[in-house]
Amino acid sequence: MQAAFAALSSLLSWIATTIDPLCGPIGVFRLFASGTLLSCGDVGWGDEIAFGFMITTSLALCTLPIGLFFGFFIALAKQSEEKSLRLATDIYTTIFRGLPELLTLFIVYYGLQILAQQFMAGLGYEGAVEINAFVAGMIALGVVFSAYCSEVLLSAFKAIPRGQYEAGDALGLRRGRTMRLIILPQLVRIALPGLGNLWMALLKDTALVSVIGLPDILRQTGIAARVTKNAFEFFSIACLLFLVLAMLSSLVFSALERWTKRSEAAR
Amino acid sequence: MSHRETMLPALPAPPEAARRFTTSRLIGNVTLGIWLAAAIGIVLFIIDSWSIEKLTKYGPNLISGLGVTLTLVSISVVLGGILSLPLAYARMTKNKVLSWLAYIYVYFFRGTPLITQLFLIYYGFGTFRPYLEAIGLWTFFRDAWFCALLTFTLNTAAYQAEILRGAIQSVPRGQHEGSAALGLPRRIAFFKIILPQAMIVALRPYGNEIILMIKGSAIVAIVTVFDLMGETRRAFSRTYDFQMYLWAAILYLIMVEILRNLWAWIENRLTRHLKR
Repeated sequence: MQAAFAALSSLLSWIATTIDPLCGPIGVFRLFASGTLLSCGDVGWGDEIAFGFMITTSLALCTLPIGLFFGFFIALAKQSEEKSLRLATDIYTTIFRGLPELLTLFIVYYGLQILAQQFMAGLGYEGAVEINAFVAGMIALGVVFSAYCSEVLLSAFKAIPRGQYEAGDALGLRRGRTMRLIILPQLVRIALPGLGNLWMALLKDTALVSVIGLPDILRQTGIAARVTKNAFEFFSIACLLFLVLAMLSSLVFSALERWTKRSEAAR
Repeated sequence: MSHRETMLPALPAPPEAARRFTTSRLIGNVTLGIWLAAAIGIVLFIIDSWSIEKLTKYGPNLISGLGVTLTLVSISVVLGGILSLPLAYARMTKNKVLSWLAYIYVYFFRGTPLITQLFLIYYGFGTFRPYLEAIGLWTFFRDAWFCALLTFTLNTAAYQAEILRGAIQSVPRGQHEGSAALGLPRRIAFFKIILPQAMIVALRPYGNEIILMIKGSAIVAIVTVFDLMGETRRAFSRTYDFQMYLWAAILYLIMVEILRNLWAWIENRLTRHLKR
């Protein structure tokens, strides 16, 4: 079992290094920046920045499904007939849409640490407990994302006429199947532009995680800037990398939109 | 033919159907219970670590930090609004070069995180210190507050330009044609017919943008501006008391909620004529 895990992780890291767009065999930095401050290896900062790039993208990609999952169920709860459920979810979205993302991050990071510390002390363990910055970032960004996502999905739900649910009932489908086969495909089509905006916001919010010490793009370029005293170049590179991510995601989203609309008549 | 001679006696109301205890009700009650428990926990935590010295020592700091946040946001939103006018114009003009430049500007400021822009201006411009000193701009770029103001202004100008452009372009073509048919000059048509309708569309996005700026302004704490977040961080680093963050959270929530309700009221008031 251990060997299998080791093999799997080495395979994953091999794949990651091969397709690394910055410092891989056909990476941008390796091809165009060798011999400069951005070269890959011990001399330049290319590999550190490439690592940060990977951390940023993986944080955003890990947060997305969590946020979507919770956002979907919060949206469902928001249109439930049950008053207490609506109230509870309204409190949730009010709080997490109103707080600055940075503050949410700090509250999650330090608050979880305190909670974990007290919990461990209750169990009789007297030592420092540290929360992983990646996990704290994932929780904080996921919570914020789910709050916004629920609003987007709620307005998408409202755009689907009642007749669609009634049609599902008339066909004798169960609730879950109605949702999956009839409502969800339409929901995705309506909500996709809003979700695209949220994804962009999420991508930008990941930069905040550098503050609690996660080595993402901003933190790595910041370290490089401090060491080399070339702050302008390195922060420009950070901006550029985020721009590249934004461009890539807008490409992906326009492809997705075309894909979800393939059933509509061509005009 | 038979008919009734007397009134039927009044019947008691049918028994009220008992509300079924559904799963959603259970979940709702449980989550409300969790919220209640969290609220009680926070109150207990604050009472537990309450001390009047901390409040008198750090309370005024937090309030002055609140003032810094509000001034920073209001100045940058107003300046950004002014800067957004030529930008929105440039985005909509037929001049290819101008509209491309404006597009690149907007894309850059909307596509990168505010915090990297802030670092780029605050730390990055420090690299050009000799040049900046030569043209006398170093005192401006040395001060974190001015750098934050510049960054926020440039950033919100990009967003506001997009809001303005979207709103102006959302006014239907018929309105332009109608004003042309009435023989109105283009300028008057724009200010009296197009712009008022566009501003109603733009109202809500503008409110959202101000809220985003208030929330986004928390990051200036990282470049040593003591706004609400900065003061909170300073107080936390001195006391290691977690309730400082809770106070800041409450203050931010109050600010955002006041603004949100104010905006809902304004919008309600301005769209009276559209309601039926």
